[in-house]
Amino acid sequence: MDLISGEKLEKMTSMEKIRLILDKVKTGRIVVLESGLTPDEEVRLIEMTMTEIRVDEFSGIEIESYPSKKEGSFFDKIFGRSIKGRMTVIGPANQIRTIEKDKYQISTKVSVGD
Amino acid sequence: MGFISSFKNSLGAWIKSIFKKKRAKIGIYGPPNAGKTTLAKRIVHDWSGDDDFGNVSHIPHETRRAMRKEGVVINANGSSIELDIVDTPGMATKIDFKEFMAFGLSEAESKKRAKEATEGVIEAIKWLDDLDGVLLVMDSTEDPYTQVNVTVIGNMEARKLPLLIVANKMDLPNASPDRIKAAFPQHAMVQISALEGSNIDDLYKAIAINFG
Repeated sequence: MDLISGEKLEKMTSMEKIRLILDKVKTGRIVVLESGLTPDEEVRLIEMTMTEIRVDEFSGIEIESYPSKKEGSFFDKIFGRSIKGRMTVIGPANQIRTIEKDKYQISTKVSVGD
Repeated sequence: MGFISSFKNSLGAWIKSIFKKKRAKIGIYGPPNAGKTTLAKRIVHDWSGDDDFGNVSHIPHETRRAMRKEGVVINANGSSIELDIVDTPGMATKIDFKEFMAFGLSEAESKKRAKEATEGVIEAIKWLDDLDGVLLVMDSTEDPYTQVNVTVIGNMEARKLPLLIVANKMDLPNASPDRIKAAFPQHAMVQISALEGSNIDDLYKAIAINFG
């Protein structure tokens, strides 16, 4: 399992983040992103995942993040800051399964090995 | 050319405001088997009389190409709105052909459907860039905290585009729209049965309010 800091993610472009995630997940690793992805990066990750699905090799990803907060703070609005992504867990679809999820907690089951 | 084009746009907006004719391109999104095509068929049937819009199946990813119906005029809540309805393929983060085999499809058919389903998800994502609003269809009997729901809602919020949640399958005994409302309280929600047509007038009123 790889825990990737928000600081590292901030320095990466969207494409670099998506490539890093997919390369790790395709080799069976679980990735935890401290600061998550933006909504646009999430759909681009799903899009890229679809192009890389191969029969008997890679069936896709399991990705779990929390719903966005209701709205940004007063200062976020004043300064036009977008709401930051929230902690996100991503893994191979055949190895990670969500047991339960709500606004505040994500419970997942991870299978190790075949 | 820039001035002429800008003038044309302004003139168009001015004429539109005078005649109060509103038009919006609305995408129907959701996970596979939430009832997107059943809903799209009902809207198109109710307001254009067309009965030949999309196929419905219990096998996931039946819709693997986006279907579009232009110029559907909905009259509700004292106003009129013209919609281009786009029924999109089910969004998913994983597609395993073996899941289709469990529905009785052959291995070859399952692999073909899986390949087409991946292309369908990509097409659904591409449509997000070209819409004025989204009807997000959720199965009221299922857990609403799916990543597809979270991602679609996050994208609409980031783009500041209107979103209406449709809590579908209210005809089923274990439907629980309250769970959906609790999960996404910041968005308008209408509970319906697209299959039976119950509460469908409430949906049309909500469409007029949210997209008009």
